[in-house]
Amino acid sequence: MLDVLQGFVHELRSAGLPVSMTENLDAMRAVEHIDIAERDLFKAALGATLVKHHRHRPAFDTVFDVYFSLYSPGVDADDAHADEWAEMVSDATGGGGGGELTREELAQMLLDALMRMDREELRRLAATAVTQFAGMEPGRPVGGTYYLYRTLRQLDLDDLAARLVGRAQEQGDVPTDDLAARLQAEEYQARLRTLRELVEAEIRRRLVADRGVEAMARTLRKPLPEDVDFMHASREEMLALQRAIYPLTRTLAARLAQRRRRRHRGHLDFRKTVRASLSYGGVPAEPKFRHPHPSKPEIMVVADISGSVASFARFTLQFVYAMASQFSKVRSWVFIDGIDEVTRFFQTSDDVTAAVHRVNTEADVVWVDGHSDYGHAFEVFHKRHLTEVTKKTSLIFLGDVRNNYHASQAWVLRELGERARHLYWLNPEPRGYWDTGDSIMAEYVPYCDGVYECRNLRQLERFVATIAEG
Amino acid sequence: MASRFASVSDAVERLRTVDYLADTNIAGVVYLADRLEKPVLVEGPAGVGKTELAKALARSTDARLIRLQCYEGLDEAKALYEWNYKKQLLRIQVDREHENSWADVESDIFSEPFLLTRPLLEAIRATEPVVLLIDEVDRVEIETEALLLEVLSDFQVSIPELGTIVGTQRPFVILTSNNTRELSEALKRRCLYLHIDYPDLEREKDIVRVRVPEIDEELAEQVARVVRSIRELELKKAPSISETIDWARTLLYLGTSEISPEVIGETLHVLLKYQSDIAKARKELVPPVDAT
Repeated sequence: MLDVLQGFVHELRSAGLPVSMTENLDAMRAVEHIDIAERDLFKAALGATLVKHHRHRPAFDTVFDVYFSLYSPGVDADDAHADEWAEMVSDATGGGGGGELTREELAQMLLDALMRMDREELRRLAATAVTQFAGMEPGRPVGGTYYLYRTLRQLDLDDLAARLVGRAQEQGDVPTDDLAARLQAEEYQARLRTLRELVEAEIRRRLVADRGVEAMARTLRKPLPEDVDFMHASREEMLALQRAIYPLTRTLAARLAQRRRRRHRGHLDFRKTVRASLSYGGVPAEPKFRHPHPSKPEIMVVADISGSVASFARFTLQFVYAMASQFSKVRSWVFIDGIDEVTRFFQTSDDVTAAVHRVNTEADVVWVDGHSDYGHAFEVFHKRHLTEVTKKTSLIFLGDVRNNYHASQAWVLRELGERARHLYWLNPEPRGYWDTGDSIMAEYVPYCDGVYECRNLRQLERFVATIAEG
Repeated sequence: MASRFASVSDAVERLRTVDYLADTNIAGVVYLADRLEKPVLVEGPAGVGKTELAKALARSTDARLIRLQCYEGLDEAKALYEWNYKKQLLRIQVDREHENSWADVESDIFSEPFLLTRPLLEAIRATEPVVLLIDEVDRVEIETEALLLEVLSDFQVSIPELGTIVGTQRPFVILTSNNTRELSEALKRRCLYLHIDYPDLEREKDIVRVRVPEIDEELAEQVARVVRSIRELELKKAPSISETIDWARTLLYLGTSEISPEVIGETLHVLLKYQSDIAKARKELVPPVDAT
């Protein structure tokens, strides 16, 4: 048991979770009090001792599922499992036929189980489905998603959802209005999600049995949300990032507000000092100070939203606007080869996500051909807005500076930089790629106060903290 | 030392008797904290029952609840102990006529009667069972956190004039945080970590039925479903459990037996606290009134 636990902790550390010595010891003490057969409890115990950040929880869940999948509920005896596996192998080698149930029969049984929401039955059926449809073969180097896809395609969850609604109506549960229909549909979606999870768990369990724990954990290792690269995020990672942004900005805003309040002591507040001295018999033992109100910076964001960097620009805009209370004013522009101010979208609604969506669909950013042209966009910006850039302004440019061999017009940045308080550049590409191909980062660098590589949330957060402190 | 809970299911049962429905995760962590004698750090969105957990623990184990509400600027004097300065002054004044030696006076004014105990010290010195709740610990500055470390790991307090005070029993310590900032690693290492999230449908329904006993099952189910549906939307602040309970009570006062879109439209402000959230939920759930 202790060996398994050590392997588990080791894997957590490899996945990037900070697990200290004390926490490791705590986990060992904790499992003495908990029976491993009670899987949920066991998981709770390890989670409580080893993971101290909620956003690390998904990573923990994955590793836990892999390491302890062979102890999952219902797998009473190892030999039963081995039989199942052998049967599966023979199925696979015997040309995939020989299943006891037809697809329709299985669907009917699933529907029954889903209507009653009988978890045990569902688990059994999920296992059957995997055996029949996934076509798993031992030693075959295919990821779990492939098997999942094959199984789910045969099960056809959308069809099941529709049939569930049909069944409910047969039983007299007919929704009277849109609301009831919506609630009913959501309920069935939730049940089908459970089924999907069960199928996933079953596939994972079999893969682990086949390949061994460590190999499996390695294939499933994923970067933590704050380390996901903006430019290569998958759709699910995008959603995770989306969800991570708001809490992050809230944390950051609170920290900044606190620091701003405490950073400098202001002038002596004579009135307050005298008042405080009364409790020391008239001796001004405790001087009081006025707290200064440091000016908040004014932010102008100019973002490239051409295809390659669109998601990066979106996250940054979202981040900056979520932090708007930390700045005295935020204005934003987006460009590809034309440039358009988009502040209006953010002003008319307090829903930042919706505003960002409007930026992507409504902003007028194409001038000639819709390929990035930094030079032209900057020229137009210079012509229209130069006088609005003042000593209070922090200018932030976002983009990968892949200029399609157009003129750079770097003199615009020079003039802007002379007027503004700060001029920063955020580049979502790794530093090593700058100035390769049509990237012309070097031409703009001399006029920037800071040039940052900004590939993930962690780097973005650090940057916003720097500018908000002024 | 006698443990508070015999098993995890015992913990679930006892918490249930005081109307707190703990799921496996919560009960498991509570049980472990009791066995390992470690504090529990509870995080999660506002209104999911973090503070309530501490209160329920106190009630279910017949312990006294000592609460330290954290805020920015909280210091030793407010959290641990303070010398009763005014009383000490008086004592010295009175002493003028008796001409005692300074050493006598000093040992006198730095003794128990002049000590004002604050929550942390009180919890340590208590002889009866105690649940110590350190609420919203994320509000104190990171420097003040250090103050908690000695208390949490060794359950002792050092007072220069009196020496080290060691507790006679281990209080059950619950810290809550709304996660407005990262707590220090040192603090987290000393605690078990419990994240309470919005409950799933079944548990939320049960909670509503326990906390609003007059409600019938049908309505409770509908309440839970609507709330789940609203939480699916992308909102500034999703409805919490306490808001769900408030809403269930509201529906009851209004004599509602079935939830219709009109009822939701009228009572949405109980669940949601931002105008933009209300507008969004209304758009999604309440069909527009026909202009006919």
